[in-house]
Amino acid sequence: MSTVFIPAVLRPAVGGVKSLALDGATVGELVNALIGLHPGLGGQLLTPDGELNRFVNVYVNGQDVRYLDGLATPVGERDEVRLLPAMAGG
Amino acid sequence: MTKSYADLLREARAAIREVNPAEAERLRAEGVTFVDVRETPEWEGGHIPGARHVSRSYLEQQIEAAVPDRDAPVVLYCAGGIRSLFSAQAMEQLGYTNVASMSGGFQGWKSAGLPWTTPVVLSKEQQQRYSRHLLIPEVGSAGQARLLESKVLLIGAGGLGSPSALYLAAAGVGMIGIVDFDVVDVSNLQRQIIHTTDRVGQKKVESARTSIAALNPDVTVVAHEEMLVGDNVERIIAGYDVILDGTDTFETRYLLNDAAVAAGIPVVHASVFRFEGQLTTFIPYEGPCYRCLYPTPPPPELAPGCSVAGVLGVVPGIMGLLQANEVLKVLLGIGTTLAGRLLIFDALEAEFTELKLRRDPACPVCSDGARAARERGEVPELASFPADAPFVLGGAGFGAAVRGTPEARS
Repeated sequence: MSTVFIPAVLRPAVGGVKSLALDGATVGELVNALIGLHPGLGGQLLTPDGELNRFVNVYVNGQDVRYLDGLATPVGERDEVRLLPAMAGG
Repeated sequence: MTKSYADLLREARAAIREVNPAEAERLRAEGVTFVDVRETPEWEGGHIPGARHVSRSYLEQQIEAAVPDRDAPVVLYCAGGIRSLFSAQAMEQLGYTNVASMSGGFQGWKSAGLPWTTPVVLSKEQQQRYSRHLLIPEVGSAGQARLLESKVLLIGAGGLGSPSALYLAAAGVGMIGIVDFDVVDVSNLQRQIIHTTDRVGQKKVESARTSIAALNPDVTVVAHEEMLVGDNVERIIAGYDVILDGTDTFETRYLLNDAAVAAGIPVVHASVFRFEGQLTTFIPYEGPCYRCLYPTPPPPELAPGCSVAGVLGVVPGIMGLLQANEVLKVLLGIGTTLAGRLLIFDALEAEFTELKLRRDPACPVCSDGARAARERGEVPELASFPADAPFVLGGAGFGAAVRGTPEARS
């Protein structure tokens, strides 16, 4: 199980929790597992083509998956996956 | 047996290695640490470039901070070469193993025609006001003088800009420019601590100027009472040393990013949402830029501003002060900035998390290719931006160079 951290702005869509433990061997499998549980997130995380939306950054153990293998980035047990969109407030 | 001064001096000469000014200059060229042990008024009259100042009277108390490595080679000097001998003995008692005293002292140095410099001298009032900075070796009077000559631009005098403006003003940043076209609203006062209840309805730049003037008369406030847009961004930011991004719209953040990269000005970025904040420092070409971090902004429902989503007042306070900390480090050239690192703060958990950021090799604004094109004087083609890239500043940094001081342009 990997831990997926949900940013505050997306928490209403996952029942208000800060993180979920999910099964998946890659970032893509974790994202799809998350969307399977909470379908409302689908349009926010993925494009209609199933790619990661460019306005949501995904980090595995602090590293941006855009510079790893994107959705194919492997995720191990106990890895930390963090979803992070930009914030507006100042 | 009672010893005379002559006895003590003889013992010191026998125990301490002495170097003459010419030898000392050779050591200085090799990077050996010089410590000036004279009193402050003597130091202010001129000193050897690069020397650290630890007066003989504070030597035992301060030398460990000034020279932490007890095996580092050190040359001490005073005015004539006597006090430095006794100081070297004191350092040997503290365990320093490689201390020399410069014979002839600063007088001999100057007579030999070797280089020396005069430090910036702070006024008596400034010495008192900034005394806690002056006590820190990494700041000292040279660092304080640097702050007093620095120019920092704040984008917004709101939640992030208020605390940072107050602390930067208190720190003696000599010029603070503020870009804000808004007026103070009573709902701002829960977090925008530079403004006050009796200034509701006033322009924010004027309210901020009033607070800063009351806090520190050394600071010149330059009011840019306009919205930062594509037509004015290059003109407004020109001449500033560092920019603090405290805006609340994506459009401003992207325009500022493009213009600041083109102008080579570091931007300290923060943003907040309810109990959370993000912070990083963008140093052009050394680390990523805002477009590398976020190639495109989220749709509005995924990134509401404070006026829609709310924010715990202390969150922009904490993030704004971390921004001020980054600004001071950039200005002083000390420490390690957050370039290439995104710090995220969760107030509810009292938790900081650090994420690694990278320069996007295909970034239309800060990639090596974009930089090379900019240096050839070429305007970036819109086609080089991805289709979903927002708020592109057309011709960023490629127009006529903007001249003049921030004051003249306000």
